[in-house]
Amino acid sequence: MSNEGRRWFEQRKEFSPRPREGTPIPDTPDLWTKCPGCAETLYIEALQANLQVCTACGHHFKIGVMERLAALLDDGEVEFHDEDLGPVDALKFVDSKPYAARIKASQKKVGRRDAFVAVSGSIEGVDVEVGCFDFRFMGGSMGSVVGEAITNVYERANERKRPAIIISSSGGARMQEGVLSLMQMAKTCAALSRLQDEAGMPYISVLTHPTTGGVAASFAMLGDLILAEPGALIGFAGPRVIEQTIGQSLPEGFQTSEYLLEHGMVDRIVSRTDMRSMIGTTLRMLLKLPSGEVAPDAPPVLEVKEGGKSR
Amino acid sequence: MDVVLDFERPVVQLRTRIAQLRDIEKANGVDLSASIEQLEHQSRKLEQRIFSRLSPWQRTLLSRHASRPYTLDYIDALFTEWVELHGDRAGYDDQALVCGMARFNDRPVVVIGHQKGRNTKENIRRNFGMARPDGYRKALRIMEMAERFGLPIFTFIDTPGAYPGIDAEERGQAEAIAKNILEMARLTVPVIATVIGEGGSGGALAIGVANRVLMLENSVYSVISPEGCAAILWRDRAEGPRAAEALRITAADCFDLGVVDEVIPEPYGGAHRHVDEIATSVGQILEKHLAELEALEPEALRQDRYARFRVMGKLVGAEA
Repeated sequence: MSNEGRRWFEQRKEFSPRPREGTPIPDTPDLWTKCPGCAETLYIEALQANLQVCTACGHHFKIGVMERLAALLDDGEVEFHDEDLGPVDALKFVDSKPYAARIKASQKKVGRRDAFVAVSGSIEGVDVEVGCFDFRFMGGSMGSVVGEAITNVYERANERKRPAIIISSSGGARMQEGVLSLMQMAKTCAALSRLQDEAGMPYISVLTHPTTGGVAASFAMLGDLILAEPGALIGFAGPRVIEQTIGQSLPEGFQTSEYLLEHGMVDRIVSRTDMRSMIGTTLRMLLKLPSGEVAPDAPPVLEVKEGGKSR
Repeated sequence: MDVVLDFERPVVQLRTRIAQLRDIEKANGVDLSASIEQLEHQSRKLEQRIFSRLSPWQRTLLSRHASRPYTLDYIDALFTEWVELHGDRAGYDDQALVCGMARFNDRPVVVIGHQKGRNTKENIRRNFGMARPDGYRKALRIMEMAERFGLPIFTFIDTPGAYPGIDAEERGQAEAIAKNILEMARLTVPVIATVIGEGGSGGALAIGVANRVLMLENSVYSVISPEGCAAILWRDRAEGPRAAEALRITAADCFDLGVVDEVIPEPYGGAHRHVDEIATSVGQILEKHLAELEALEPEALRQDRYARFRVMGKLVGAEA
């Protein structure tokens, strides 16, 4: 790691420790925020330190991709992948705004070329291939770029014989790429089948708010383990579509993580603050590694990785 | 019950007129053959004019036409010894998706397809061709049986989409579709999917991960229905025609985008006016593709399917 003692994620421009929701408190907007879950006034720094999880009620605020990956991965070297992949307006799609303009605007806003970040790193000492959606980029929708990057995560995991982890937050397939987006469901799942058949490596799917549509109906629901953050919306069809179809309102808590757990659709609900240790613990068991008596923040021993871009 | 779409009406009216003249001819013993011939010529011309430049929205309407041949019609026309197989072995038998085995030109095969109804009563039973998780799990069970016994699989895609309902969500609609997609990628038998009507998103793809994907000329394949897309983008379902254009959902578009391997032409007038003719050409094209796939070893079939889907999508900056 070639920097002056800063952790890798702190150097990324888009890293933003500011919470994105909650009501700022008028006189000290930079210091305090109000929790939409319990109305408790929270000290922003404390909220940040707790991974944007309310210290009073456990409400999960939104969290930035880099912040999330930093909390999940060990300190040390990580490789970023597929940062050069960019979307193409293959359909010449125009709604209120041309897709090409939408892409530009999102790229400017979010600071990456599409809605997905792929890294190689380690979690509690276990080398992993990780991918994470960026919901800020067109609702985390999956078009050709996201599909390709996810496929590459599985293929890399297969090649390197490592577990794969995908953290989803997505409205589903990207409409603006039409049927090509639909095909990403098949492409990603086919790569996952190879990871299972050839490398025999585990795949953990982490579901965060929201995970719906074509993302839910493909790799997100296929984890050896499916771990959901509390209170996330997870489902195939969106609640509005279902209400319109059946002409009645939906039951309380429908399509939340808790509802899915009750119906046997996810393995566990895991708080963001426990995610790293839960993934570490379960991966070590699946990989038949010794129980990890690793101190939570002890830097693991990492080999220098060849190729790829290390930051 | 003959449903007539607006743009079909002029042709249908001419046809009706011709039929009336024939009746008169018969009843009165007069010779009207000259007039009939002229009208027939006219109707053929008109039909050709209308059907040679259909808009994406008109094709969408044709793909949903209540008289369009459905899965069971193709099974009836192209297969022998059809034995329908029921149930997901977990409590349900979804009638929106039919599965079974049959012979195709003497070979034993497995057939799976969405099934719509032609009237209200049938549509309640078939849920308008919108399968629940139980349907997809039944299909998976049958595909796995085909895999064990080395039988080729034909699927017929014709669904507005997977059913968006409370029970479907509770029983894991997303998981059921996902699982089918994953397991189809692993099959080592020939799989040929044909979009015969509506290819509605994940509900279509759940039986669509095939070595060859074929599409009837007036069928559509889309990530979202035009109306659903319009509701999101223009907040108005009535903008469906505009969305049908933007989404590039026609067979020709899907062929250009590399999603479909062959477009099966429909006679002027559409598949529903020429059922025997379209069934014959579907049968011939299925035979051609199956014969090609039969030449491949099991593992090669899996690789072939992987390679087919691996290249899907358009993007820039892909690493070498």
